[in-house]
Amino acid sequence: MVRGASLRFSAEARQLVESTDTISWFADIGLGDRPRVGGKGGSLGELMKAGIDVPPGFVVCTGAFEAFIRALDAEEPLRAPIEALDPNNLASVGAVTKAIRDRILRAAMPTDVEDEVQTAYAALCADAPNAPVAVRSSATTEDAEDASFAGLQDTYLWVIGGDDVSTMIRSCWASLYSVESVCYRRRHDFPEKNVAMAVVVQRMVDARTAGVMFTRSPTTGDRSVVTIEGAWGLGSAVVSGEVTPDRWVIAKLTDEITVRDISNKHIKQAPKKGGGVEDVELPDESARAPSLSDQELIKLKAIGQSAEKHYGRPQDIEWAVENGTGKLYLLQSRPETVWSSKEEAPVAKPQSDPMKHVMNIFGGRR
Amino acid sequence: MTDYPIQDPKRTNEMPTKSASFPKPSSVQIAPGTEAAQAAYPYYMQFAPEDDERFWFYNSMHFPEPMHVFDMVTAEAAYCALGSSNTRVHCLPTTLGIDYRIANGRVYIGGNAVTDPDEIARRTEEFQKRAFYYYENWERLYDEWKTKMRALIREAQALPPLSLPEFEPLENVHAGKGIASNHYLLDIYHKTLEGYFRMWHHHFEMLLLGYGAYMVFFDFCKKAFPEITDQTIARMVAGFEAEIFRPDEEIKRLARKAVELGLDGDFRDGLSANEILASLARKGEAGKNWLDELETSRDPWFNVNVGDGFYHYHRSWNDDLTLPFSALPGYIAKIKAGENIDRPVEQLKAERQKLIDGYRDLLGTDEERAAYDQMITLACRVFPYVEGHKFYCEHWYTNLFFNKIREYGALLAEHGLLEDAEDIFHLSRYEVEQAIIDVMTSWSNGSPTRGAEQFKAKIAERRDAIRTWAKLESPPALGPVPDIIDDPAIVMLWGITRENLDVWLSGPADADGNEIRGFAASNGVVEGTARVIKSVQEIGRLKDGDILVCQVTNPTWAPVFQKISAAVSDIGGSMSHAAIVAREYGLPAVVGTGQATARIQDGQRIRVDGARGVVTLLG
Repeated sequence: MVRGASLRFSAEARQLVESTDTISWFADIGLGDRPRVGGKGGSLGELMKAGIDVPPGFVVCTGAFEAFIRALDAEEPLRAPIEALDPNNLASVGAVTKAIRDRILRAAMPTDVEDEVQTAYAALCADAPNAPVAVRSSATTEDAEDASFAGLQDTYLWVIGGDDVSTMIRSCWASLYSVESVCYRRRHDFPEKNVAMAVVVQRMVDARTAGVMFTRSPTTGDRSVVTIEGAWGLGSAVVSGEVTPDRWVIAKLTDEITVRDISNKHIKQAPKKGGGVEDVELPDESARAPSLSDQELIKLKAIGQSAEKHYGRPQDIEWAVENGTGKLYLLQSRPETVWSSKEEAPVAKPQSDPMKHVMNIFGGRR
Repeated sequence: MTDYPIQDPKRTNEMPTKSASFPKPSSVQIAPGTEAAQAAYPYYMQFAPEDDERFWFYNSMHFPEPMHVFDMVTAEAAYCALGSSNTRVHCLPTTLGIDYRIANGRVYIGGNAVTDPDEIARRTEEFQKRAFYYYENWERLYDEWKTKMRALIREAQALPPLSLPEFEPLENVHAGKGIASNHYLLDIYHKTLEGYFRMWHHHFEMLLLGYGAYMVFFDFCKKAFPEITDQTIARMVAGFEAEIFRPDEEIKRLARKAVELGLDGDFRDGLSANEILASLARKGEAGKNWLDELETSRDPWFNVNVGDGFYHYHRSWNDDLTLPFSALPGYIAKIKAGENIDRPVEQLKAERQKLIDGYRDLLGTDEERAAYDQMITLACRVFPYVEGHKFYCEHWYTNLFFNKIREYGALLAEHGLLEDAEDIFHLSRYEVEQAIIDVMTSWSNGSPTRGAEQFKAKIAERRDAIRTWAKLESPPALGPVPDIIDDPAIVMLWGITRENLDVWLSGPADADGNEIRGFAASNGVVEGTARVIKSVQEIGRLKDGDILVCQVTNPTWAPVFQKISAAVSDIGGSMSHAAIVAREYGLPAVVGTGQATARIQDGQRIRVDGARGVVTLLG
C-alpha cells in the first residue's frame, strides 16, 4: 500500500467491475438490500448515499455464500446434520460444527464466485495493488443484531492479497457454524436454508487518528451533544481498550467544545509491514497532545450529525482520519441502543396553566 | 414569627452526613484594634451566641469589600425589602427572608427555610394567589413598575438642596411659613432614607418571581439535556434591549460622533477626561456639537456605577468620567479601522431563535415540547425585568441617594463636624442624624457644634479598621453545612448549592493543584497575564490583553471588556450580567470560583477555559 495515498472511491472501481448478485459495490446498495448484503454492508452503502465518505469496498453477497454452501451440501450433506442436532448435546454440536467449519475453510469457492471476488478485489486496489483490506462478516437477519448471534464479531483487518482475502471470506462464512451460533439457531428452530451471510471487503484506512463517536451521550443520554473519543493510530487500540482515548463533548447546536479530556496515549497501533498490526510507543510529547484538532472535531461532529439525520435516530459511529491526507472516514454507523431502549419518563409535562411550572422552584426542589 | 430551623431535622436523621462545618460565628475573632469599629454597626446585625447553630455565608457577591458603617444602610434596606417580599407579599412557600450579620466588615447572610409541610401548603395557597397574578399581568406590571421607578427618581431629584441661611428669607416670614430652614435638614434626610428603603421594595417587587421563572426553564434544560452548558441556556433567554447594555452603546455612539465630527484626534490613550473636555471646548462648533451629544448620553445613561452600586465610593460615570473616556479611544480606533462596533442585535436574535428551535427539536416527545414552550415563553416574558431593574435601582437611584448623603457630608464638614465630606460614610445612619441635629441646634442657638472631637476619633478608628479588614481572609461561610440548600432565593441569587459548599470546604485541600474551578460562563480558551483587581479603584491597572481577575464581575465594566482577553471572578452565576457581557464580547469567562482573587497572583500567567469553567495557574 502506498502510505498517505488517499483512498479512491468505489465509484472508480465500479467502472472496472459492475455489481452483480455475487458482488455489490457499496455505492450500489442501501439498507433495503440488507437481505442480500447484510446489515453492515447495507449500512456502509447507506452512509455513501448520505454523502458521507466511507473507505471504498464491496460486499460478497449472500448469493455467493449460498452458491458455496449449495456446492458443499451437494458433495456431502451439511444442512441436514445441523438441523438434526440437539442444542443441549454440546459434545455432538461441537464435533459436527467443527467438521463443517473445517470443510468450509478447506473448500475452494465455486470458480465463478472466486473469479468475481478476485476481480473486484483487484479493481478495489487498482490504485495500489495488494492494498490491505478489512474482511468483515455482515449478518442478514434481524436476529443477527443480537450479539449472541454468530459471526457478528468476525472482522479480519489488514488482509493483504487475493488468496488471503478469499480465505478470510470463508472464515467469516465458517463463523456461522460456531457452536454458539448453531445452538442459537437450533433453540429457535431456525431453518438452515434461511441462514446466509454476506461479507464486506473494504479498503483499510491507515489512520493517523481513529476512534468512536456517539451522537447521543453514552453517559447521560443527552441528545444535544456529540461525544467523540479518539487516539493516535488505528481505532483497534481504542476499541480494545489498550489506550485511554482523548474525549471531547461538542454541543450540536453551538459547536462549543464543552469537554476536552486529553489523556496520556502512551502507544498507538499501526499497520505492520507484511500485514497485521503492531503497537508503537509514543514519546511523551505526542502522547499528551490532542489527537484531533478543533477543526477536525467540528467537521467530524457534523458528519456524525448527518449520519444521525440520514437514519433518523442517534448513531454509534467508528471513524478514522487518514494519515497524510487528513481525510475523515466513517468506518461504521450503528443505531444507538442503550438509551433508545430505555423507557424514559418525560422531563416535564405541559400544565393546564403554564404558571404552575414555577412551583417546581418555589414549591421546594427536593 | 415562628423560629424556623434552617435544617429539616427529619432529613438530617435519614441522611447523616459528614460532620462538615465551617468555623462557628462565635469563633470568628474581631481583628485586634477594630473592636470599636465593629461595635459601631447596629446591634441587630451583630453575631450572637445562638447564631452558631445556623449556616451563614459571606455575601461577597454584593458586598465584596469591608463595609463602611453608613453603607450598611444598603444591606438593611435590601434585606428588609427582600424579606418582606418573600415572607409577606408573595409568600414564597419554602422560604422566608434572609438574615444578615456583619463581622470584620464582612456581611454574612443566612436563609430562613420553611420546612413544616402544613405551613408550606398554607403558604403555597397564598403564593399562587399573589405570584400568579404577577405572572399573568407581567408586562403591564413591569410597565407600571418603570413608571413608579421614574416617579421615585424624580422625587429624589426634586429634594431641595441643603441650605442654612443666616436669616430666614423674608418671603418665608411674610408667607407665614412658620417653620425655619434647619427643620428641613432633618426632613430631607428622612426623605432621602425613606426613598432609598422604598426603592429597595420596588427592586424586589418582581425579582424573585423573575429569577424563578428563569430557573424553571433552566432546570428543565438541565434535565432534558444534562450536558448543556449554563451559558447556552442563558443565551436562549437573554434579551438584547435591556437598559444595562445602553451605557456602553452610548459610548459607542459618542465614538462614532467623534469620528463624524473629525474630532477623533482629540481622543488619545493616556489623556484624562478633563484634558479631552478642555481640548474639545477649543474646537468650535464641532466640539460644541460633541459636548451636546455627551450631555444627551449622560442623562440618564451615565448614571451607572463602576461597581455594583452598593458602596458609596462606586461612583457613577457622571460623577467620574474616567471610565467612559478611557473606553472612547479604543472604540474610535476600531471605527477608523473600519470595524463594525455595533451590537449585531439582529444576528444575536436570529442565533437565539436558532437555539430555541434547535433544542426544542431535540426533545423526545411532543409532550415535552409543549412543556418546553410554556416554560421558555414564561422565562422570556419575565427576563427583561431581571436584566432591566438594575439600571433603575442599583445604578440610577443609588447614585442619587449617595450623592444626597454626600451633600450632608459637605454640610457637616462646613459646620466643623467632619474634616472631609466623604468622612460621613464612616458614621452610621443614626450617627448622621445626631450630627444633623447637632448642626440644626447650633444654627438655632448660635452656639458651635459639639461633635467634632468624638466624630474625628471614631472616623480615624473606623478608617483604620477598614484597612485592617481588607487584608483579612474571610471564611466563605460559617456554621454547620446544611444537607441540602433548598432555599430558592439563595440558589437563584447567589448560586449557592451544596456542591459549591463542598468545593469551598475542600478549598485548602486542592490548594496545591494548579486548577481553580468555577461556572463556565463564556466559551473560549485564553492564556495571558492575570490582573487581580480587588477594588474598583484599581480598574486603571488593566492593560490591553490582561485577564481580569476580580471578586465580582460587573456589567457596568462592559467598556473594560474591549480591553481584556478573559474574565475570572470569585462570585457570580452563569446568568449574571457579567457572564452575558462576556459572551457578547466573545471573551472566555469563569465565574463563581470562590477563590480566584486569593489564589491567583497579580501578574501571574493563567489559562482560562470558559467552556469547562477551569482556570489553570501556569507559573
